[in-house]
Amino acid sequence: MIRAVMVINTQGKHRLAKFYDFQPVEKQQELIRSIYGVLCSRAENVSNFIEADSIFGPDTRLVYKHFATLYFVFVFDSCENELAMLDLIQVFVETLDRCFKNVCELDIVFNFNKMHTILDEIVVGGQVMETSSEEVMKAVDEITKLEKSSNAISIVPKSISGRQGR
Amino acid sequence: MGSQGGWGQSKEFLDLVKSIGEARSKAEEDRIVLREIETLKRRISDPEVPKRKMKEYIIRLVYVEMLGHDASFGYIHAVKMAHDDSLLLKRTGYLAVTLFLDEDHDLIILIVNTIQKDLRSDNYLVVCAALNAVCRLINEETIPAVLPQVVELLAHPKEAVRKKAIMALHRFYQRSAHSVSHLISNFRKRLCDNDPGVMGATLCPLFDLVTGDVSSYKDLVVSFVSILKQVAERRLPKSYDYHQMPAPFIQIRLLKILALLGSGDKKSSESMYTVLGDVFRKGESSSNIGNAVLYECICCVSSIYPNQKLIDAAAEVTSRFLKSDSHNLKYMGIDALGRLIKINPDIAEEHQLAVIDCLEDPDDTLKRKTFELLQKMTKSSNVEVIVDRMIDYMISISDNHYKTEIASRCVELAEQFAPSNQWFIQTMNKVFEHAGDLVNAKVAHNLMRLIAEGFGEEDEGADNQLRSSAVESYLRIMGEPKLPSLFLQVICWVLGEYGTADGKFSASYITGKLCDVAEAHSNDDTVKAYAVTAIMKICAFEISAGRKVELLPECQSLIDELSASHSTDLQQRAYELQAVLGLNSHSVESIMPVDASCEDIEVDKSLSFVNNFVQQSLEKGARPYIPENERSAMLNVNNFRSQDQPGALTHGLRFEAYELAKPPPLVTRTPASFISSTDLVPVPESTYAKEIHQAPLPSPVPDIAPVEPGVKLRLEGVQKKWGRPTYSSPSAPSASTSGIQKTTNGITYGPETMSSQTRAVSYDSKKQHVEVSAEKQKLAASLFGGSSKHDKRPTSSHKAARTRPTSAEKLREATANTATEVTVEKIAPLQPPPDLLDLGGPIPEIAPSVDPFMQLEGLLGPTQGISSESTVSANASKPSDLMETLYAEMPSTGPSGTDMYSSSLNSGVPTNANKSSQMVAQIPSVKKGPNPRDSLQKDAVARQVGVTPTSQNPNLFSDLLG
Repeated sequence: MIRAVMVINTQGKHRLAKFYDFQPVEKQQELIRSIYGVLCSRAENVSNFIEADSIFGPDTRLVYKHFATLYFVFVFDSCENELAMLDLIQVFVETLDRCFKNVCELDIVFNFNKMHTILDEIVVGGQVMETSSEEVMKAVDEITKLEKSSNAISIVPKSISGRQGR
Repeated sequence: MGSQGGWGQSKEFLDLVKSIGEARSKAEEDRIVLREIETLKRRISDPEVPKRKMKEYIIRLVYVEMLGHDASFGYIHAVKMAHDDSLLLKRTGYLAVTLFLDEDHDLIILIVNTIQKDLRSDNYLVVCAALNAVCRLINEETIPAVLPQVVELLAHPKEAVRKKAIMALHRFYQRSAHSVSHLISNFRKRLCDNDPGVMGATLCPLFDLVTGDVSSYKDLVVSFVSILKQVAERRLPKSYDYHQMPAPFIQIRLLKILALLGSGDKKSSESMYTVLGDVFRKGESSSNIGNAVLYECICCVSSIYPNQKLIDAAAEVTSRFLKSDSHNLKYMGIDALGRLIKINPDIAEEHQLAVIDCLEDPDDTLKRKTFELLQKMTKSSNVEVIVDRMIDYMISISDNHYKTEIASRCVELAEQFAPSNQWFIQTMNKVFEHAGDLVNAKVAHNLMRLIAEGFGEEDEGADNQLRSSAVESYLRIMGEPKLPSLFLQVICWVLGEYGTADGKFSASYITGKLCDVAEAHSNDDTVKAYAVTAIMKICAFEISAGRKVELLPECQSLIDELSASHSTDLQQRAYELQAVLGLNSHSVESIMPVDASCEDIEVDKSLSFVNNFVQQSLEKGARPYIPENERSAMLNVNNFRSQDQPGALTHGLRFEAYELAKPPPLVTRTPASFISSTDLVPVPESTYAKEIHQAPLPSPVPDIAPVEPGVKLRLEGVQKKWGRPTYSSPSAPSASTSGIQKTTNGITYGPETMSSQTRAVSYDSKKQHVEVSAEKQKLAASLFGGSSKHDKRPTSSHKAARTRPTSAEKLREATANTATEVTVEKIAPLQPPPDLLDLGGPIPEIAPSVDPFMQLEGLLGPTQGISSESTVSANASKPSDLMETLYAEMPSTGPSGTDMYSSSLNSGVPTNANKSSQMVAQIPSVKKGPNPRDSLQKDAVARQVGVTPTSQNPNLFSDLLG
């Protein structure tokens, strides 16, 4: 099963952290930090796999992929196939790209709830559920449509709040 | 919204993110986040907050928590938000709750109600949101609350809902299998779902179920095979294709399940062969996902009942992986190879080059995977190469976790396959030197045990030889700075037991070395304890051999220092040493027999030897011993009052302490025991008494002064001896009490049963072993046990021992021939930068900087003139030239001091010039591999031809793979 999904930028800032077994906040930070440490020390042109048993306990590995300023990291156990996980990252990123049209780090920062929505369509309870980015997009679109219709008046309080905040 | 480029968040949030992004330090970031938390705290508790605004606050909370700050003040608001009717708010609420809450959090009970309501919703998206939350938040206790609804949803018209319902049910199964055990048939049913997506999702729980219980799912083999067939034949809708592969993730999952079902089951496996062949044939090796399917297919083939055709196909794909440029594929290839060689070890042969390449790859992941593979391939014929490689790698990395792992692997392989005792000891030395703090203490005990017991061969001489070579190598190593504590303990122990055994080293030399160790590691009490006990043993051996022992001044000062130590254990050892020095040779021999560490210890459980003493005490008016059960009955009476308080029952407080001070008759009794316990010691009364009086003065425990009538204290001592086990709490024994007591113990075992080993064991564990014989046995078993591992050894060592004598004899003859020359010049063997003699091994990598021709000249030159019977003896016979060459070369050979050191160690050749019987020690390095000169020439030729270092040395492969 998949233990965790993380997105970290190249400076080590967390952009997404989803653990499928609950981890307290401090532990999460520690895990991400140590993973970031490992990722930084990896050279270019090496494999995308790392044995993660020193970080996550026995029988865990992680697959990472580096896109522009972001590392996408999946942590999983021996029930999953490394190459397939690598493609799952691909699916995830492709979906993000479709959703945001040329996704960049800022999209992810400001819409990390949307990123969660997408991830929830792909991975449920640590198991891969959907691997077609079209299907995922369909589901996400439907959610967005419904959310919009149920919140037609959203703009007004927002702009007010923006001013209040200053 | 518009002004922020459609990101849908407010200006505030944008500013927050921006300022955090610009923060130059973690401290600055923390300040910003803390300010944000303050703002949120204030705003969120405002009852007037519009819902829409609230949603943003919640998202900001999630963000803040993701950055590692506590947002618990807002959890309740997230829970409330999940209850909202609007889907947007509800989803935000659920998202926050699933990220914030642990499944055992107090607020879960509130959210369960919401989930129940949402699972009944008409809007399938609401249901989906609730199912997502179910997967994350429902724990064992709350499963029944939502279970009926989840099961109902398995038949929902929307496939997305069905899928999620299956996932939820699967999650329940993982949480608590028994609560859903009656619903497992649902998974089978859903396997036949019309929607391939739902079917694919069902494979997840089925995989878990099959893993748990293979036999009850054998009937599904046919279904799985037919599904896989359909998928592979592209019968699924186009939308399930991914990178031109038909539903690869479903294929992978099916292959995983089939691997489980077909394992060791010929009949089931046979029904899979065709479809597996199909998958191989249709496999797309150009895309990543295609390779993933192929890899999974290899795993499946190697797990089920073997079929030659499929194995061939798998081997072919594996070689494609290994030849690929992609590190990912190489990694998978190494893994696949590891699986295939279990079926057919020959498959590895054609991939030797690729494996070596991977071993030398800078990619750590790949390297580690390759070591895993090598471990699986290890045999007694190649263990030396592999372990050497592992140790080299171990030295080069700094990751403690992996260092530990690889060290334990080395130890495991060495224990299992060691070709010779010397090799084993040298390997262990290296492992300890570089990872001593990381290896399990048991490994050290195994090593000591090996040295003590030898290999149980009839040839006692070989064992002695092993011991003296160990002693020599340790004497050489122990001067090194920064040796790990565990290793020093082994060194001290071995030197104590065998340092003087072969008569090569004088007792004062060894004790001097031991003193140095104790001095150099003055803050490591365990090492000091080992050292002082070792000194005691050596002195004891000297005394029992009838020699006069004169302590070196530094040794005397060490003893003085230790007798005033803060550690009672060290104090005791120091006093014992002094006591032993005062004994006559006969009694010393009984206390500390030579080389008795392996003898069985008989424990007199009935303590019959104290009968006399008890009798005497009784005659003097002491109270008779009261058995434990009766005593506790008395205690209950005594503690009658305190038991009125409900909380203060036995578990809470200890009443024994109060009870100690009670009956006056005991006062008269304690001195009796005190004196008589000393009486039992066959030591001149005066010395012992003096020691006892000295002891309390430096004692760190202030409230204990044994000279004064400290009723409490002495009682404690008595109780520990006879009372119930709980009394002997090791927490704070006073210096004098433990001193007395232990001496008594030493006597109690009696001269005939007490061996030095008992002492070492009992002291090391710092436990009191008066009454716990069972515990002691267990301890001894754990210290010197691990027989299961050692059981494997004899086979290989027997073999080694059989071959050994011949080569060793030859060498001895050779040595005898040139005996006249071989006197002081024994240094010669020091020369073999092991590479030279060790051409069978991975030489080029070890010392790539050395010019082979120079070495060749150095070696060949002197040898030609003299007998060619044995290179080494020849070397020794022409010492002067050779040594010059040697010394000239030395600096360039060893990259650093320590490396050189370990390499000379490696070859088992002592550096110390004036040691005799060196030839013996160097045997292992010599007799390995063919005639070194031939190998050297071969190597030179290889270099001339200009082959790359990885492929140049055929011997390496034969060692590794042959």
